[in-house]
Amino acid sequence: MSTDTVTNAESTPDVEQPWAELGLKPDEYQRIRDILDRRPTSCELAMYSVMWSEHCSYKSSKVHLKRFGEIPQETPAGKMLAGIGENAGVIDIGEGYAVTFKVESHNHPSYVEPYQGAATGVGGIVRDIIAMGARPVAVMDPLRFGPLDAPDTKRVLPGIVSGIGGYGNSLGLPNIGGEVVFDPTYIGNPLVNALCVGVMRHEDLHLANATGVGNQMILYGAKTGGDGIGGVSILASETFAEGGPTKRPAVQVGDPFMEKLLIECTLELFAAKVVEGIQDLGGGGLSCATSELASAGDGGMRVSLDKVPLRDASLSPEEILMSESQERMMACVTPANVEEFLKICAKWDVQADVIGEVTDTGRLEIDWHGERVVDVLPETVAHEGPVYNRPFARPAWQDELQADGAEKLPRATTSAELRDTLLQLVGSPNLCDKSWITDQYDRYVLGNSVLAQPEDSGMIRVDETSGLGVAVSTDCNGRFAKLDPYTGAKLALAESFRNVATTGARPVAVSDCLNFGSPEDPDVMWQFTEAIRGLVDGCKELGIPVTGGNVSFYNQTGEVAILPTPVIGVLGVIDDVTRRTPIGFTGEMEGHQLYLLGETAEELSGSEWAHVVHGHLGGRPPAVDLAAEQQLADILINASRDGLIDAAHDVSDGGVAQTLVESALRGGVGARVWAPDNLDPFLFLFAESAGRAVVAVPRTEEVRFTDMCTARRFPHTKIGVITGDTLDVQDQFEIPLTELREVWTATLPAALA
Amino acid sequence: MARVVVDVMLKPEILDPQGKAVHGAFGRLGFDGVADVRQGKRFEITLDGEATEERVAEIRKAADTLLANSVIEDFTLHVETADVEAGQ
Repeated sequence: MSTDTVTNAESTPDVEQPWAELGLKPDEYQRIRDILDRRPTSCELAMYSVMWSEHCSYKSSKVHLKRFGEIPQETPAGKMLAGIGENAGVIDIGEGYAVTFKVESHNHPSYVEPYQGAATGVGGIVRDIIAMGARPVAVMDPLRFGPLDAPDTKRVLPGIVSGIGGYGNSLGLPNIGGEVVFDPTYIGNPLVNALCVGVMRHEDLHLANATGVGNQMILYGAKTGGDGIGGVSILASETFAEGGPTKRPAVQVGDPFMEKLLIECTLELFAAKVVEGIQDLGGGGLSCATSELASAGDGGMRVSLDKVPLRDASLSPEEILMSESQERMMACVTPANVEEFLKICAKWDVQADVIGEVTDTGRLEIDWHGERVVDVLPETVAHEGPVYNRPFARPAWQDELQADGAEKLPRATTSAELRDTLLQLVGSPNLCDKSWITDQYDRYVLGNSVLAQPEDSGMIRVDETSGLGVAVSTDCNGRFAKLDPYTGAKLALAESFRNVATTGARPVAVSDCLNFGSPEDPDVMWQFTEAIRGLVDGCKELGIPVTGGNVSFYNQTGEVAILPTPVIGVLGVIDDVTRRTPIGFTGEMEGHQLYLLGETAEELSGSEWAHVVHGHLGGRPPAVDLAAEQQLADILINASRDGLIDAAHDVSDGGVAQTLVESALRGGVGARVWAPDNLDPFLFLFAESAGRAVVAVPRTEEVRFTDMCTARRFPHTKIGVITGDTLDVQDQFEIPLTELREVWTATLPAALA
Repeated sequence: MARVVVDVMLKPEILDPQGKAVHGAFGRLGFDGVADVRQGKRFEITLDGEATEERVAEIRKAADTLLANSVIEDFTLHVETADVEAGQ
C-alpha cells in the first residue's frame, strides 16, 4: 500500500475518500478541502475526522459552554490558577497548595467492554490531572445503570465496577465517593463518569503548549497499538447501529501499572524542571496531542511518525494518528534537557522517544519515512472545527409532563402504611446500601482519606501538619432534570454544594459532566441549553466558578434519550480535617438533639417515593433557593468549626426518612423522632424539598446552635433525639435498626451476587 | 470420557499487560531473544461421556459466552480423547 502524501493529494484531487465512514458530514468534508485548498491526505482526513468529532470538538455544545465564561473566575478561596480549556481547572486552596479536579465521561466504551471501558475512564482522567503537574490523590465515579433487574445491567454493572476497582486499586488511588443510580432510560446506555482530584504546590503548575523553536517533542509511556482506532469518532459520535459487531473497533485496554510509572515519572520530570509543556494522550490520540500542543504554542511542529514506537508494526500512519492506546504522554523539552528527560524516563522503565520538534512555520507537518503526509495549520484541526447552532425547542410533551404532578398520587396514611413505605424505599435500588459496589474500591490507600462513601462527600487530607483538606461530592437527580432541566441543573448544583458543606468544607469550585441524548434532537438540545443556563445562573448566585468538565452527547438507544444527567462535582476546602462532620449517629452522641434545618414543602414530584411506589415521573421538581443553600452551608461550616454539631447529613433522595436511616445505620445508634407540629407525617418523612439537612447537636451546645440559626433567621426545627437501637417515629411506628439494616443491605447482593 | 480443550487468547490487536510484564521479566532474568509474549488461558473440560457433535457444539457456545470475552478475546477448541491421553 503506497503512502498518500501531500504531493499525491495535490495531484489526485478526485480520489474518493471515506469521509462518511469516519463520521464526517458532506459539508464538513468540503470545509476541510476549502481549508487545505486541496483534498486532504488520508492522514489529514484521519486527524480532522477525529478532532472534528463531537467528543473532541464540542461542536454542538461550544456555543453554549461559552456561557461558563460569564461566571466570575474567582473562587471563595482565591483566584483560579487555570480554567476551562486546560487539561483540568486549578484552584488555589491556600498554604501554597493548589488543587485540580475534573470529571469526564467514558460512557460508550464502557457499554461495549464494561471492564476495560471503565478502567480506561479512570486512567484517562488521572492523566489529565498529572498533565497539570499535580499528584493524583483520589478518584470518584458517578455511575448510572438501567433497572437493577434488567439482564443488561447484570452484564455491565459488575464489569464496570470491577474495572474501576481493578484500575484504581492497582494504581493506588483511593476511590472516595460517587453515585450509583438506576433508571430505565440508562438501559443500553450506562453512564460511567470518572473524577480525579490532584494536589500540587503553586509553582508546580504546568500548562499544555509547545513553544520555543527547536524544542523537542517527546512521546513517552506505552507503545502505540491498534487500540480504539476510530474509537473517538465512531464510538462517541454516533449512536450504536443495530447489531454491528463488524464495525467494532479495537477496545482500549488499560495497564494501571504502566500508568503508575507514568505518574511517578512525570512528577519527577516536573520536579527536575525539564518540561516546557505537556499533554496526555486521550481521545484523539496523537492527532489531538500534536494539533493542540502546536496550536497552543507560538510556532509550528514537525513530527516524524515513523519514530513513534509501535506495539504492532503493521499499523499504518493513519492508524498511528488515530490510535487511542492508553498510558501515553507528550512533552515539549528544550534540546539541552532531552538527555536528562530520557534518563529520568529510563529510570522509571518508561519508553521515551523524540518524535519531532517545534518549528517557526506555524504549520503542523507530519512525515512518514521522509514523506510529508500531513501539512496543516494546527488550529484548523484543534480549534476551528465546525460549530453548530443546533436547533432547540421546548419539547411538546414538557407541559403535559409538568402538569402530571406526583402530589396527587395516593399516599400512605396509617402508621402501618408509613412503616411499609419507609421499608420499601430503604430497600429500593437507588436508596439501598451500595457497599457491594463501593467495597470493591480501595478507599484508604495513601492514608489520607478522611471521609469516603457513604458519607456526604469524600474528604482528603492535603497537609498532614496543618490538617488542610479538600472535600468533593458529585450529584445529579436526572428525574428532576427531566421535569425541568433549568431547575434540575440548579438542584444538582445545590445538592453537591450542600453535600460538601455538610462535611464542614467550604465549597469553592465546580466541575461538570453533562450527559445528554442526541444533540440532533431539538428536545434534547433544549434540555442541554436549559441545564447550562441553570448551571451558569446557579454558579453566579453561589459565587463559585466552573473550572472544567466534559460533555457527552448521543447517550440514547434508538429514539429514547437518557434522562438529562448534568452531573455536578463540587470541591470544597476545609482548614482542618479533624473538624469534619460525619453523617453517623454514634454511641457518644446518645442524647444529642436532632434538628431539621430548612423548610419542608409539599414536594413529591420526581421523588424517590413517586418513582419506587408509583413508577411515576411528572410534575415540577422541588423549588431551589440558592440564597438559602448558601445560608445553610454557612451554618453547617461554622457549626462544624465551632464544634456545635457532631453529625450532619443532607436531605435529598428519599427525604428525611432516608437521611435518618442512613445516619442511624452508619453509626449504629437509633433515634426517636417526631413530625413537627404543622407538618403531615408523610411529607415530613418523604418530601424531597431542597436546602435541608439533619444535624445532631450536643445538649451543651443547643442554645448556641439555635441562637446562631435564629440570628441568621434560618428555619430550624427540633425533630428528635439520638437514642436506642430503633428508628422510632413517635405516634407512628418503630423499626429496629437490625430490620432496617437487613432490608437496606439485601438488595444489591440479591440482584448481583 | 472425552476432554474438550478451549484455549483463549486476547485478540492480536488488544494490549496484553500481563504478557508485557512477563516479556519484561524474560529480559531481566537473562532469557534473551524473546520478541514478544502473549498470555492466554487454557480450559480443560472433561465430559461425562463421548464428545458427540452436539455436546462439542454446546461447549463451543459456552466458550463463546462464558469462557471468552468475544469483544476482546478469540478462542480455539479441540477435543482430546482418553486414548490420546493414555498414549502420551
